[in-house]
Amino acid sequence: MALRAAWRARAAACSLRAAWAPAVPCPPLPLGLRAGAARTLRTGPALLSVRKFTDKHEWITTENGIGTVGISNFAQEALGDVVYCSLPEVGTKLNKQDEFGALESVKAASELYSPLSGEVTEINEALAENPGLVNKSCYEDGKLLLEIQRIIAAVNVCRI
Amino acid sequence: MQRAVSMVARLGLRLQAFPSTLGRPLSCTQDVLRRTPLYDFHLAHGGKMVAFAGWSLPVQYRDSHVDSHLHTRQHCSLFDVSHMLQTKIFGCDRVRLMESLVVGDIAELRPNQDKVRELQNIGSDVGLEVVDNALLALQGPTAAQVLQAGVADDLKKLPFMTSAVMEVFGVSGCRVTRCGYTGEDGVEISVPAVGAVRLATALLENPEVKLAGLAARDSLRLEAGLCLYGNDIDEHTTPVEGSLSWTLGKRRRAAMDFPGATVIVPQLKGKVQRRRVGLMCEGAPMRAHSPILSTEGTVIGTVTSGCPSPCLKKNVAMGYVPCEYSRPGTPLLVEVRQKQQMAVVSKMPFVPTNYYILK
Repeated sequence: MALRAAWRARAAACSLRAAWAPAVPCPPLPLGLRAGAARTLRTGPALLSVRKFTDKHEWITTENGIGTVGISNFAQEALGDVVYCSLPEVGTKLNKQDEFGALESVKAASELYSPLSGEVTEINEALAENPGLVNKSCYEDGKLLLEIQRIIAAVNVCRI
Repeated sequence: MQRAVSMVARLGLRLQAFPSTLGRPLSCTQDVLRRTPLYDFHLAHGGKMVAFAGWSLPVQYRDSHVDSHLHTRQHCSLFDVSHMLQTKIFGCDRVRLMESLVVGDIAELRPNQDKVRELQNIGSDVGLEVVDNALLALQGPTAAQVLQAGVADDLKKLPFMTSAVMEVFGVSGCRVTRCGYTGEDGVEISVPAVGAVRLATALLENPEVKLAGLAARDSLRLEAGLCLYGNDIDEHTTPVEGSLSWTLGKRRRAAMDFPGATVIVPQLKGKVQRRRVGLMCEGAPMRAHSPILSTEGTVIGTVTSGCPSPCLKKNVAMGYVPCEYSRPGTPLLVEVRQKQQMAVVSKMPFVPTNYYILK
């Protein structure tokens, strides 16, 4: 439902209006977009960057070659209250699937793997003081870091 | 019965190690997991079941681990510890049997049964049977007050490490012992299996009481400086190394009539190679198997248990170090995630205990 509402808002700015014309067949959902992620799409330019999930429970949204990375709601729930967050330094170069850090709860520890090849441009400093943000808001305030893509991966965008 | 295994090892370092929380069945091991009398009760209360030492037990319920832990320290929590089977030892020579075991893991039936047979073979009058009782632990500052409402006996006259048989919330034949594994005041109630659900339900009716699982149990005992068998102590540690010399009775030390006496008694008098100590640090949590180093960088020991302390908001751990490094306040290094972090030897318990001791 949220997806439809968001598209309608975006349509005004970006000529997606045609998608809703009955005559035009609706394009298939981009690969990797799970039903759960529909709740978290926002209005605005970020709409075109759909959230993709890795098989290790990280998510990534990309916009203009910059990826925002976090962990999924399923992951934060399974991990429990995050009490410690280890993130790389800004400037760290990562290859896709490289381990870049870890999240720890009282009971368990989980490594984090980069969904793309790139360089870390920003880390979420708020997590040092308040690692619980990962649990409270894993798609927004609890995001982990931003990476600039070295190789532009194919991004599935709804085209009309 | 298998000995207890490290919670972190069980729950694993990857999220994939939470099969029960996904609702997917475990592999065929699910079929051979034993169930306590409260199995359905746990499911009905939102318990997330995991495999632990051959049993299906709740790791937590609907509350988060940290909330459950803190609730125990501020109010009280109810734990199902029925996996710790209770055995009745009978016969005129039952004291002899117990004394021939002393610091051994009494819960392990096989060694006991061999010992029973050994003694029976030389004419000793002794026997052993597993009792069909559940074991419920009610732990926390308000545990005694909650329990008092359901028993006629005055619990003020039941101090730490004593027990009495009594009717509890209408369930007769319960043995209440003032002990536990959290560092808080509390009791462990041995209840006939048929009355277990009724008793648990009655206790839960008091708003002070919440159910708690294995996750909270492990972080609570670690804050209290209590050992987990299989991690902090095992068949390769002596009571002296484990900083548990207080368990050895004076008469027994003199008589040297317990297993391992020839190794242990000299350690009591002289020096011991290594000792179990508490450690605290900031930064990344220390976990079992993290190496401990001197400030010069030489590996001197290993962490045996560790976790972030929900009460202290620092990382606490237990490990073994040579005697010369065991004084509280000694600075050390612990290697965590390939990085060396400053740590300091600390007295245990990390969080003050509240055992009900009569003065």
